[in-house]
Amino acid sequence: MHKLLVFFVLVLVNSHINSQECNITFKGKITDFHDNSSIVGASVHILNSKKYTSSNFDGEFEFKNLCTGKITIEIKHISCETKRVVVNLTEDTFKAITLEHHEEELNEIVVTTETKNEKTSIEQTLKKEVITTFSDKNLGDALNTISGVSSLNTGNSIVKPMIHGLHSSRLLIINNNVRMFDQEWGDEHAPNIDINAFDRIDVVKGANTLKYGSDAVGGAIITKLRKYALIDSIFGSTTTSLNSNGFGGNINTELIKSYQSGYYFRFQASLKKFGDFKAPDYNLTNTGIESINASLRFGYNTYEKGFDAYYSFVNNKIGILRASHIGNVNDLVQAINSLEPVFIRDFSYNIDVPYQNINHHLLKVEAFKRFQNLGKLTVQYDMQLNRRQEFDLRRGNLRNRPVIDLQLFTASLQPDLEINSIDNFKINTGLLLRFQQNNPIVDIGASTLIPFYNKYEAGIYGIVNYTIDETSSLNAGIRYDYSRIEARKNYFQSDWSLYNYDVLFPEFDTGVVDGIELETRPKFTFNNISTSLGYEKKLNKDYAFLLNYGLAQRMPNPSELFSGGLHHSAARIEIGFLTIAKETANKFAISIEKNNENFGFSVSPYYKQINNFIQLIPTGLRTTIRGAFPIWEYNQIDARIFGVDFDVNKKISSKFKYTGNLSLLQGDNLTDDIPLIHMPSANFSNRITYYNEGFYKLKISLHQRTVLQQNRFPDYNFNTFNPTTQQQVFVDISSTPPAYNLFGINSSAEFHPFKKGSMLVEFNIDNLFNVSYRDNLNRLRYFADELGRNYNLKIKINY
Amino acid sequence: MKTIKLLAVLFISALAFTACSEDHDHDHDHDEELITTVIYTLTNTTNPNDIVVMEYDDPDGEDGSATPTITGGTLMANATYTGTIQLLNRTESPAEDVTIEVQAEGDEHEFFYSAVGANVTISKTDVDGDNNPLGIETSVSTGVASSGTLTVVLKHEPTKPNNGNPAAAGGTTDVEVTFNVTVQ
Repeated sequence: MHKLLVFFVLVLVNSHINSQECNITFKGKITDFHDNSSIVGASVHILNSKKYTSSNFDGEFEFKNLCTGKITIEIKHISCETKRVVVNLTEDTFKAITLEHHEEELNEIVVTTETKNEKTSIEQTLKKEVITTFSDKNLGDALNTISGVSSLNTGNSIVKPMIHGLHSSRLLIINNNVRMFDQEWGDEHAPNIDINAFDRIDVVKGANTLKYGSDAVGGAIITKLRKYALIDSIFGSTTTSLNSNGFGGNINTELIKSYQSGYYFRFQASLKKFGDFKAPDYNLTNTGIESINASLRFGYNTYEKGFDAYYSFVNNKIGILRASHIGNVNDLVQAINSLEPVFIRDFSYNIDVPYQNINHHLLKVEAFKRFQNLGKLTVQYDMQLNRRQEFDLRRGNLRNRPVIDLQLFTASLQPDLEINSIDNFKINTGLLLRFQQNNPIVDIGASTLIPFYNKYEAGIYGIVNYTIDETSSLNAGIRYDYSRIEARKNYFQSDWSLYNYDVLFPEFDTGVVDGIELETRPKFTFNNISTSLGYEKKLNKDYAFLLNYGLAQRMPNPSELFSGGLHHSAARIEIGFLTIAKETANKFAISIEKNNENFGFSVSPYYKQINNFIQLIPTGLRTTIRGAFPIWEYNQIDARIFGVDFDVNKKISSKFKYTGNLSLLQGDNLTDDIPLIHMPSANFSNRITYYNEGFYKLKISLHQRTVLQQNRFPDYNFNTFNPTTQQQVFVDISSTPPAYNLFGINSSAEFHPFKKGSMLVEFNIDNLFNVSYRDNLNRLRYFADELGRNYNLKIKINY
Repeated sequence: MKTIKLLAVLFISALAFTACSEDHDHDHDHDEELITTVIYTLTNTTNPNDIVVMEYDDPDGEDGSATPTITGGTLMANATYTGTIQLLNRTESPAEDVTIEVQAEGDEHEFFYSAVGANVTISKTDVDGDNNPLGIETSVSTGVASSGTLTVVLKHEPTKPNNGNPAAAGGTTDVEVTFNVTVQ
């Protein structure tokens, strides 16, 4: 109440000071640029004042009691470009204003307003603008620009996102509300996601992930599509991108048709093709990529009810650096000691062995209805089919057959009820039923890496959001998950007794013997409990304090349980164990944020204690007929990961802006009192952007990124015997590559060469100084340098 | 409510759809590329009854943990032998002779032999389709009495021709076995 009084006092004082005439009425009507339809509910703000209104059902708005003089009004609408109009008031005025659809601007608005997954969530967001810049790269590359997010790479095309050093099964990737199941357990299995399909990507570093699963030990990556306004409209965009490195690019197009009735339709497709990429000093032979992606979306959306049907298809054919295909540990030693890859050929678009060919189909149907005095009920059904084929150098008639051919099918049914009828409380509760089947395709003439299994899951969760007062809120949730996995796997009889399984799991033994192998039926049940707690306090207009706690439990993935054999591409024998138990993580995170365009920052320290952390580490050597191989075994230890992420933004002048971030992280293996394997090193980045809105929205930014050497690593180096020379050879697989420093330039400008729409032209340079470097988190770092300089030209046409 | 029913039907149909493929029992493949056994047979050129057979047998291949059985050999001093190498996959019945495949793809395979300590010199006597050395057939000459090791390496897609050193030839190693050899 007294706020209102202050307002009136201010207005009075104001009107006394300015002895202007202040009885002018300013009216306006907002219509769609494309079809002249009225735009309902657009917010209208007179800048540098506290006067706000919004357009009514006819698109009209009105301000009364305005003073003479120049005013600037800002008009915002959920699906339109934000517009500023200057009006010189001398008398009562009417002004017609048109707004234009623009997807990326929409998302900028969405981001600047309160649109987190939960108020208390510690998270960061990638906008459509950034997604467009990364249109011909991977999800992992784009996320790498966020503090605390890094990636585990296999070459440059297989990029697995990592949050605070955790990846694979420890990250939930939520693709348009569907949890991705694409054999994410493997280090060299990147998410099968086309970055162009989305309007926005959120990275949840804190604990607000309970709705999606109990096992988000690392966090969650949530990709989203936006809602469309209830107007008759058709719009879209086409992006073409060309690159000098790899002589390839990408073309992406999307078209959206929306209706006033609430129906909408969206089609998106992208094609990507690259040949061999190039490091500064040599070609990276066989690193080409071919990718075809498409998505269809159809739905109906009103306030009361609606549905959304979504289908996406992703096909990736990814060449893997030829020089990384090695036979045994002596080949590895030779690769490590050789400064250049041992296999270099001229540039080619040809993708030869080794390569991966992956198809991913995803279908989602979601329907919701709002009930008066209750809330919103949503039911979602989704299906995914992931087929992964890996081709390797083979002999004879097996040449054209893959060495790995696995088909993973997942179906889930998720009813969810959001109760918002109680004051200050929002309750979210739901169920999950899921079935998953892994089907090794037979007739590949190679032993199966991941066995056949059926997995059944059921989960239930409840999350309560309590708004304590205007500035603070509390969030608490609990989730229970039941999962059962039933597998069929053949073990060598010698291994079955070596690992003591004959004593521990006699019930799995079927008694059927196939040559030297034993048929077994391992069956496991897991019960997981997870919780989350979040607190948010807004300290004043700009400052916010967030606190998150989460308990997450993760059952071992099939790779951790069942792996057993030579991983050809990695030249190592990987062994999982039936004795691996679930891991339990306690996560704490704090974030202090100042959200302000002129000067803002966030400081987010975190601490994770993970008991029974499952890791894959080298444990010894095995001599075989192919020579010696390092044995990597899954084992469980207690781990601790802590660190802090800093983000800063500062407006230097009206046209110059600075942003920077810094990530510090330390991971420890507490059981053995040594550093944790494969942890990202300290890294920071700085960016200075020049932006001139008046001159074709010209934007030029110079950015820099430094990744320091990881000096804390566990020493798993070993000696091996080279029989040809009859000498002991030292195998340095642990030492980390030196620090590196990369510069890049991004520039963009927007033109209006057509009657409608706009054209965005981007020119970017990556690795400006053509620096040769290797990254500790690239599995191919033993074999070749990372990419050299790349010139990129991108043209995006909005229509 | 209609939507919910539809979703339920979809869910059940999906279960039924996958259940169809459940009853096959052949979800386990065998490694058809496996090499379990390397047999190096040396026949004395002047005494056909002097046959030395060296064998490296790894019954469960590189995936299994079983320890391989290795049988070395004793050669006569100052003699010449003709050598033939044979690769087998004994998990098949009858055992598959992998040497035939290697021979057929001779242009992308090559055997390398090296002796350390023992006075043994090995030279390849056969060639592939491009007239480059292959190494299935060899000639072995021995010097004075000595003992040491003999290592056989099979490379897939090495650089051909090369300088005879397996490390420099590149490619991937399909076989790398070492025998103890005595010359007396």
